[in-house]
Amino acid sequence: MINSSLKTLSQMLAKKEVSSVELTQAFLNRIDAFNPEINAYVALDKDKTLAQAKAADVRIAAGNAEVLTGIPIAQKDIFCAKGWQTTCGSKMLANFVAPYDAHVITQFDAAGAVNLGKTNMDEFAMGSSNETSYFGGVKNPWDFTRVPGGSSGGSAAAVAARLCAAATGTDTGGSIRQPASLCGFTGLKPTYGVVSRYGMIAFASSLDQAGPMAKSAEDCALMMNVMAGFDERDSTSLNREKEDYTRDLNKPLNGLRVGLPKEFFAEGLDANVGKVIETAIAEYKKLGAEIVEISLPNTGLSIPVYYVLAPAEASSNLSRYDGVRYGHRAAEYTDLMDMYCKSRAEGFGAEVKRRILIGTYVLSAGYYDAYYLKAQQIRRLIAQDFEEAFKHCDVIMGPAAPSTAFKAGEKVDDPVAMYLQDIYTISTNLAGLPGMSLPAGFGTGEDGKALPVGLQIIGNYFDEARMLNVAHQYQQVTDWHTRMPELEVLKEVA
Amino acid sequence: MALSIEDIKKIAHLARIEVNDSEAAATLSKLTGILGLIEQMQAVNTQGIVPMSHSQDVVQRLRDDVVTKTNQREAFQQIAPALGNGSAERAVDNGLYLVPKVIE
Repeated sequence: MINSSLKTLSQMLAKKEVSSVELTQAFLNRIDAFNPEINAYVALDKDKTLAQAKAADVRIAAGNAEVLTGIPIAQKDIFCAKGWQTTCGSKMLANFVAPYDAHVITQFDAAGAVNLGKTNMDEFAMGSSNETSYFGGVKNPWDFTRVPGGSSGGSAAAVAARLCAAATGTDTGGSIRQPASLCGFTGLKPTYGVVSRYGMIAFASSLDQAGPMAKSAEDCALMMNVMAGFDERDSTSLNREKEDYTRDLNKPLNGLRVGLPKEFFAEGLDANVGKVIETAIAEYKKLGAEIVEISLPNTGLSIPVYYVLAPAEASSNLSRYDGVRYGHRAAEYTDLMDMYCKSRAEGFGAEVKRRILIGTYVLSAGYYDAYYLKAQQIRRLIAQDFEEAFKHCDVIMGPAAPSTAFKAGEKVDDPVAMYLQDIYTISTNLAGLPGMSLPAGFGTGEDGKALPVGLQIIGNYFDEARMLNVAHQYQQVTDWHTRMPELEVLKEVA
Repeated sequence: MALSIEDIKKIAHLARIEVNDSEAAATLSKLTGILGLIEQMQAVNTQGIVPMSHSQDVVQRLRDDVVTKTNQREAFQQIAPALGNGSAERAVDNGLYLVPKVIE
């Protein structure tokens, strides 16, 4: 049951083969068994969760259930959920109980889904390994000595370890796709503006986008049907007609033009990852896809551009944490300035401070043109690369991350090495395009350890249904997405 | 451009984050590495390129000037931080937030 698709679980609930309470309890039992080791969840509230499950059972019995009614979903702790501790992985918000619901939470509530708990994450979503969380790191369910990726590391581990039926994540520079690659599941970052950011704690507002993290493309499509949609409370929410993201899942891929950017297969890509991606591409050829060589010449610049723009936006967004109305206030201070400076020094972790300082620097008088404006200009060049590429192909494929999961502690003292984890994902955020990662096999490292590798699919604006179709067809002829780690064995070893 | 410890302290002050000397030194070496990465941008000729601040070509929506939100002061003040300086009381008083005196 824990490895069943959302569609199967939904049918089981409809046929009364299982109740939502039973299904929810099954996941809560797994959380009890494995979360103390994995640390995927930072907040659990079994009473609230089971109350939602009971309500779902009533709704199912009344015959007005939707597809996700009664399905237990893990929520990244970046989404405000009324009455739930909402920390964003930070000491700054360690005692923050959200007074309102994020749009995404409202959507899942309306669909009758069950909130299993809030998942661990890099502090304010700034990180690629979940190691910047105030609540401690998260273990990769495939190897407890390795990181799950980040920033949505808790959701990633929860999905991979089957500690939830599906989860939500957010992706500012790769925070859904890189952990999806490192933990071996399917994750989608939609086109910017498709999912409302209301109540989603802000990091870099022109890049932040929420999306589903689940076992398969089909599951992601069902999640998208709930998450996507116009919301007037988010000024950048796009007012588009409601879509059914499952509509194209079964289309054949004959004649699909798959673009392979040569920059995604150059220096910096681990050979064991490259090999898996090549095998996946060969599978797509068998499915009728036509391979086109393309170029995204400014890919290498996406990281410098991102590390100007994202910190600049973050330094502005995070200025709201001043210790006055909510969040951490220093225990001892002299005057107002001292209260601000101490509250922020104590409340933020090292990586968040670094990014605030970079953002403050690049926006300061005299440097704005050389850094911020320049980065915005190169951002346009990056977007134009994609525009040109999509004249020659329907989707772009490549690796989602340059390596398999790395060891905890390995990159934590080297921010620049950590930032390079997102070399293949950041450019789509800058362009605002949708991207996804799906399990494509396992790469074996020098130590003989086989770890998941994700294939990235990048689509044109609003082409999520086609990307999900492309991923779904692959998942009809491969079984990588059904593999799950042997947690019992790992737990004993640990 | 190379940063100094004094620059770090100045930036930290602008960002309202207290740093001591040893933190400033540690931050300096990390920030220098990151700025080195960012420096790669300077090799690109961007003359005449319109800056891109946002991925979608949209303008701010306008709405009718009517009240859409209800007063939730009580709920919001429930989550106010502790006053500090020896007091565990919430930093609120009669619907206002308490901060150190700013006007003499």
